[in-house]
Amino acid sequence: MSGAREEILGRIRGALAGDPAGEVAVARGYRKTSDLSGAALADRFAERAEAYKATVRRVDAAGATEAIRRLQGRFVVPADLADSWLPAEFVRDDGNLAHRELDAVAGVITGCAIAIAETGTIVLDAGAEQGRRAITLLPDFHVCIVPVERIVGSVPEAIRALRGSLPRPLTFMSGPSATSDIELNRVEGVHGPRRLEILIVGAA
Amino acid sequence: MASAAEPHTFPQLAKRAVADTQLRRNIGNATQTIRTKRAGVVAEVPDWEELREAGRSLKEHTLRNLDRYLVQLEEAVTKAGGQVHWARDGAEAKRIVTEIAKRHSAKEVIKVKSITTEEIKLNEALEAAGIRPFETDLAELIIQLGDDVSSHILVPAIHRNRAEIRELFMRKLGLAELSDRPSDLTAAARTYLREKFLTVPMAVSGANFGICDTGTICVVESEGNGRMCLTLPKVLVSVMGIEKLVPTWEDMEVFLQLLPRSSTGERMNPYNSLWTGVTPGDGPQEFHLVLLDNRRTDVLADRTGRQTLNCIRCSACLNVCPVYARTGGHAYHSEYQGPIGAILTPQLHGMDEAASLPFASTLCGACYEVCPVKINIPEVLVHLRTRAVARSGFNMEKLAMGAAIRMFDNPGLLETAQKIARVAQRPFVSDGYITGGVGPLRQWTRARDLPAIPAQSFRDWWRTRR
Amino acid sequence: MRVALFITCYNDTLFPQTGIATVRLLERLGHTVEFPEDQTCCGQMHSNTGYGDEAIPLIRRFVKSFRDAEVIVSPSSSCVSNIRTAWLRTLADTGDETLKRDVAELVPRVFELSQFLVERLGIDDVGAYYPRRVTYHPTCNSLRALKVGEAPMRLLAKVRGLDLVELPDARECCGFGGTFAVKNEDTSVAMLSDKMRSVLGTRAEVCTALDSSCLMHIGGGLHRLRSGVRTVHLAEILASTEKDFMHGERR
Repeated sequence: MSGAREEILGRIRGALAGDPAGEVAVARGYRKTSDLSGAALADRFAERAEAYKATVRRVDAAGATEAIRRLQGRFVVPADLADSWLPAEFVRDDGNLAHRELDAVAGVITGCAIAIAETGTIVLDAGAEQGRRAITLLPDFHVCIVPVERIVGSVPEAIRALRGSLPRPLTFMSGPSATSDIELNRVEGVHGPRRLEILIVGAA
Repeated sequence: MASAAEPHTFPQLAKRAVADTQLRRNIGNATQTIRTKRAGVVAEVPDWEELREAGRSLKEHTLRNLDRYLVQLEEAVTKAGGQVHWARDGAEAKRIVTEIAKRHSAKEVIKVKSITTEEIKLNEALEAAGIRPFETDLAELIIQLGDDVSSHILVPAIHRNRAEIRELFMRKLGLAELSDRPSDLTAAARTYLREKFLTVPMAVSGANFGICDTGTICVVESEGNGRMCLTLPKVLVSVMGIEKLVPTWEDMEVFLQLLPRSSTGERMNPYNSLWTGVTPGDGPQEFHLVLLDNRRTDVLADRTGRQTLNCIRCSACLNVCPVYARTGGHAYHSEYQGPIGAILTPQLHGMDEAASLPFASTLCGACYEVCPVKINIPEVLVHLRTRAVARSGFNMEKLAMGAAIRMFDNPGLLETAQKIARVAQRPFVSDGYITGGVGPLRQWTRARDLPAIPAQSFRDWWRTRR
Repeated sequence: MRVALFITCYNDTLFPQTGIATVRLLERLGHTVEFPEDQTCCGQMHSNTGYGDEAIPLIRRFVKSFRDAEVIVSPSSSCVSNIRTAWLRTLADTGDETLKRDVAELVPRVFELSQFLVERLGIDDVGAYYPRRVTYHPTCNSLRALKVGEAPMRLLAKVRGLDLVELPDARECCGFGGTFAVKNEDTSVAMLSDKMRSVLGTRAEVCTALDSSCLMHIGGGLHRLRSGVRTVHLAEILASTEKDFMHGERR
């Protein structure tokens, strides 16, 4: 195996041997931030997330609690989800719930690490109030709480903010799962959660 | 794939494809849909050209330091609990993956869509070892169930319409009733695969990006089948071409903008999964990264061809290509189709397999115009044409091209040739047009007339006015 | 201005009327036109088909023919694009530094006709008259390699009597592609049929462009169909005046 490693590295060095000296400068002329700020961030995020057929509700803290209390069925929640965000019927994931149990619940409620306005994306980094990846994957309905101050404008802003999340796994979600494999027409709801509800908290 | 005895040059396969009216309609409609979507989401990005230049220069920078970056990635992945393997070619990669499966007594593996594993024919090797691979991407499933071949690097079943898919699912999944609504077809695939996701112990994926400074691997997808494969099994093996590297985490801010808008025409694709080695209590507890060369280092050694390795497999070039829109992907006889396939296939599989592909283009440049990492595909096509000509033996074309040079390098000879041609064309001329002929003239005149050479050339006219 | 004309091998042989029109137009605009008679071909067919090295004598010949020219103008966007973009690439691996230097020095003086008129001379009204319904096909080389932009449309818009109609899906390649047209005949003809459908849909009498080669392809298809629609190079439209239409119409 190490034979392959040395051989491949040797081939690369041979392939590059005749190159002119000096580094290739990386062009960084693109935007690092967006022009959006304040309420416009939440507006754009809501508009773009809805474009992916996510359901978006803008609520204050009490409204979020109220909306979650009204959810029907048994929900899985991360072990550290705040009490105010618990639905009527729930099971906390201690990391030991079997995949089949996760497959059988009505849905999942989580927070998020960050949200991106320009693309309508939420990012989970397995940090606080998000739990492990499987809990947001197997249930058919994902309710995601997005505090308004977590919304950034652009992809570069999100990437920079997420460096601290590594090495934890990251999942970027833009709407419910979807496919364009049949005649390139978009269909929402394939293997991942078929419904995504986003509660933007603090921008009602 | 066709056997060696069957016709498989591009003109031969294209002839068949162009005559298939259903295929023409399916491909034409689909590429038109995606073109429009892409154009819309690209137009709303004010710094698109700056992003393209960043993407190009990042890729070039990475390739020029590839040995250093590969070692850095290996260290970071290993430190994070992953295991890194190096494969000189497809055979070595297949041996590595098969051995891992055997060690875990896996009888089945679930797969995320990966052209790299198609390139090395991994599924065939797994099957030969008694391991059944399940493709989980909807399009790949359609291909696998239909015993078919991919015709598009992003949307492998683009050549199929809903009626054809309905018929296939009813037959292969044993469904008595099924509508042809894409949502119902999709639901059928969900039901079929859910049990596999819950039970199969090992997954195989490709990788869109390998981030060197953090050891993070990224898979970009839409359906959630990728997340299932990357999250639920105990063991995960990712096969990644050595060119897929990105130097730093921050560089992802470029590619996560370029790729989704170029490929599916979305601002962001539904799911991106990024993981770093093994995370205790979350996801596979054993992770293997297979770094695949398979002639990529030969491509790297070719200064003009090297830019082919910039490719992030977005498929924008396929969707805008006027040739692809008429022939579909099967005419390219490769897992890489369209303009990028026409330059990648001869370089990865060798000119013997694909000598006709560099010629499967009018050099119209639509591909270069949309490429998010600025691969000058027409330039590489011409470069590969030169290589194809250089290695071909003596033939009529070479004789004619040589004669043409001798003629063009001698104005007197050119004029003599014009005079001879004026006489020689007579049997084929009617009403000022040539309507038949032999050799290339026959190819031309089957569907097109050709103006006859007029009595007076420009040169003749120029002299008369002196 | 002293303008050296690069007529191109296929205009010389097959489409002399395009060259003649270019001369008439430039002279009408008050320029002195020269035609270095030892010129032949830029080698485009050779380099695009994989015979770039063989084309090097033709590059050398061109440099010799046009060395002293103030500007070199050609009624062919694909040949100009070949000179501008392919020659230095073809010469990259040769050791002929003198020729490379000569080419690099020459290239900025080579112009496609419409770009020369609009961008270099700054004129868009050339005093032409052409009472026809016309549609314009932007050939791939003019559109993407030379990026002539609005130059041809601005010229056409100022032609008196001309009824300019927009071509649907104009940016789609017509399927010519040099030797592609014969090596990949079926695909080429499939592309051509869509282009012809677009042209016929405009109900134009004339389809024009900056390349006689693409027009030979489109026009050859239209003629086979007996469609009654002709292809005419832009130079011929711009060279036309009222006088051409006085005694029996021939254009």
